[in-house]
Amino acid sequence: MRSRALVAGCVLLGGVVAIALVSALWTPYDPGDTSGGRLEPPGPEHWLGTDRLGRDLLTQLMIGARVALSIGAGAVALGGALGLLAGLAAGFAVRWLDDVMAVALDVLIAFPTLLLAMLVIAARRGSLLSAVTAIGLAMTAVVARPARQQVKRVLAQDYVTAARTSGTSWPGIVAGHVLPNIWPALAVNLALQLGRAVLAEAGLSYLGLGPPPPNASWGHMLREAQTTVLVAPGDVVAPGLLLVLLVIGANLVADGVREVADPLLRGRW
Amino acid sequence: MRLLEAENLTVRTADGRELLQDVSFRLARGDRLGLIGESGAGKSLTVLAVVGLLPAGMAASGRVLLDGEPILGAPERVLNTVRGRGIAVVFQDPLAALDPLMRVGAQVAEPLRRHRGLRGAAARRAVLEALAEVRLSDPDRIARSYPHEISGGQRQRVAMAMALACEPAFLIADEPTAALDGTVQAEMLALLDRLVTARGMGLLFVGHDLAVVARISHRILVLEGGRAVEEGEVGDVLRAPSHPHTRDLVSAARRLHGALERMLP
Amino acid sequence: MAAYLVRRALLLALSLAVSSVALFVLLRVLPGDPANALLDVGATARQAAAARHELGTDLPLSQQFGGWLRDLARLDLGRSLVSSLPVTSEIAGRLGVTVPLTVLAFLLAALIAVPTGFLIALRRGTWYGTLLAGVSQLGLAVPVFWVGMLLVTVFALRLRWLPAGGFPAEDWAAPAAALTSLLLPVVTIALVMAASLTRYVHSAALDVLDSDYLRTARALGAPLRAALWRHGLRGVAAPVVPILAIELASTFLGAVVVENVFALPGLGSMLVRAFAQHDYPVIQGVLTLSTATVLTIGFVADTAQRLIDPRLRRTAAGTSA
Repeated sequence: MRSRALVAGCVLLGGVVAIALVSALWTPYDPGDTSGGRLEPPGPEHWLGTDRLGRDLLTQLMIGARVALSIGAGAVALGGALGLLAGLAAGFAVRWLDDVMAVALDVLIAFPTLLLAMLVIAARRGSLLSAVTAIGLAMTAVVARPARQQVKRVLAQDYVTAARTSGTSWPGIVAGHVLPNIWPALAVNLALQLGRAVLAEAGLSYLGLGPPPPNASWGHMLREAQTTVLVAPGDVVAPGLLLVLLVIGANLVADGVREVADPLLRGRW
Repeated sequence: MRLLEAENLTVRTADGRELLQDVSFRLARGDRLGLIGESGAGKSLTVLAVVGLLPAGMAASGRVLLDGEPILGAPERVLNTVRGRGIAVVFQDPLAALDPLMRVGAQVAEPLRRHRGLRGAAARRAVLEALAEVRLSDPDRIARSYPHEISGGQRQRVAMAMALACEPAFLIADEPTAALDGTVQAEMLALLDRLVTARGMGLLFVGHDLAVVARISHRILVLEGGRAVEEGEVGDVLRAPSHPHTRDLVSAARRLHGALERMLP
Repeated sequence: MAAYLVRRALLLALSLAVSSVALFVLLRVLPGDPANALLDVGATARQAAAARHELGTDLPLSQQFGGWLRDLARLDLGRSLVSSLPVTSEIAGRLGVTVPLTVLAFLLAALIAVPTGFLIALRRGTWYGTLLAGVSQLGLAVPVFWVGMLLVTVFALRLRWLPAGGFPAEDWAAPAAALTSLLLPVVTIALVMAASLTRYVHSAALDVLDSDYLRTARALGAPLRAALWRHGLRGVAAPVVPILAIELASTFLGAVVVENVFALPGLGSMLVRAFAQHDYPVIQGVLTLSTATVLTIGFVADTAQRLIDPRLRRTAAGTSA
């Protein structure tokens, strides 16, 4: 591959994905197993020690990876699909409808993602699904706004206008001209949004609005570990570090895709 | 300042490619040298290397001397006094060359303040004089305008006024008429001709159009692929081009303009 | 400019109206009965109906909205279901924490980001620039509450230089103590904000550094530093100012989370508590206020951008470009 950022990003993301996959098949302990001593330091029994309820830290970290990735990927899938649809719809819409959507997107973007997510969750109680829904919905405008601009740019090209006037159907235009032209920018944006979604989920869980155990995420672990940070600093450092590595991985993939798609942008980030 | 010289001027990229190779020229005050070549021949690189403003990642070697003092590789402190007062440049794209967010008057005032120490009302007067000198009608309105509010020809005159405001010994004009259409181009050339003569400046005129370059220069230097392939008096080169590339340029210009015929005695 | 201001102000009014209606409807249609907040476990249906009647949630939606709007005009946002205090006065009491926290963090972030962004652009290709870029990249990936936890651990719990949380009971009557307790939260938010702001400043600074007009200024003898002061700050401000509005919104969001790390009695901790207790009037009050603030700041930023960039003044207002 031509981009070091892409390679590094794939390695980081791949690492977290691997941990998540393993956790589906095997974890050192049962996530609910509180048989360990409380706040034990790392040792042969518990490689990374235990939390204040005596649960194995490594087990929780592995499950946290699964939660973070499934919420991140789910939210990106939902938000990406809705955002792309909205962007396409606005791009193809008649002038006044497009204007209305542009204003709506501006208002939605001004509305902080996390607050929107909190609203949804407040009503539906924390669960994996409501976290995905909340973050995915909140992401829609962020995906739709640039998508709309790119769709319009492609549609303004002479050869696309020619194809439209010669009677190519709009699905034909979308598949033949729009998607091939906008996918690099879309992919970059979605990779960035994956990182954002994971951070948003961590924030929600930290505030106590995330999915409850046994689907406890890294944010939830951090919330639990805050009171015992002096005794067991590892409980605070480990989940945060994994979170950072995952988000950096997503951001690097975004940079890498951008570099590969547009070499002129190399050196910018 | 009487003499601007370049000796074996070479420009390399970071990965070692030579974009400009061993270009040398001498330009005395009152003299006019035309630098001609197709795009990518190294004309603009020569200009940037002479004033020490090559883009990041490119390095120049060889020597550039102003009155025998080396200026290539000189510290910024020295270069800041050379640029403007010693050598002033008019760049090719006048829209990009002016700050889009600043009124024209403020931009012309900048070199006046720096090089002639003019402030306040005196600076404002000098701005209007500078704009009038490049034959801009209604200098008051132009000074209050932003670059996007005036025409391409007017912008080019503003860029020229800024360069002249420095009262330079040498003026480098990098394709100053390339973006302009026929009549405006002719007016610009006439203006440049008159101002250079009136002030006794040395002129390095860069262009890709032989007819235009030949009209204003005394001597010309032909660049091809980063090398100087021919140099001589304008008349000699036009009458008897020795290098094949120069012959191509001359015949191309003949076809395009027919003007060269009339320029030759 | 006048025509622009009128159009943009209309747009602002429209978006304020749309967002407040949307918030109102969203909070009503989402599942979950606010009356439950008033009731004990095992309350009878009659009690529930009485509670709904007391809250007015048994009325049709349009009537509820009309009443809410009438009250809003008198700055009455209803009463908290939990404390029974007027939401307006609860909010007012907490602005003293959230506003200084957000504003100070935002200013500090800008103070860090503008020079850093310029430096990275100026030093591109050197180890120094790469290091700064890397740190900024790291800052983009760090959750703000984690930074807060780490800073608390080091500076409050281990070194004991600063309080680990809380706010003086005397409020700003004890300015030194108030500032001290805001110091760590401000730094926490500012560090994370600065990372994303640096990115925008860096990109804009690269555009300026590669611009022909900067080259013109330098070719006429302006030293790099002088040329950057004169042309660079403005050139960077034009694209970055509208982004600042969005960044300010996320600074507020950072404050919501960070107030919970540091146990600060601000709007954020109030909002999270209200979410947990289903205290709908409080949720609606805080969200309406923050959305209105964000939209108004967007209006100010767009107008500021037009003042900086004369090229925008000629084109029509609106957001379709």
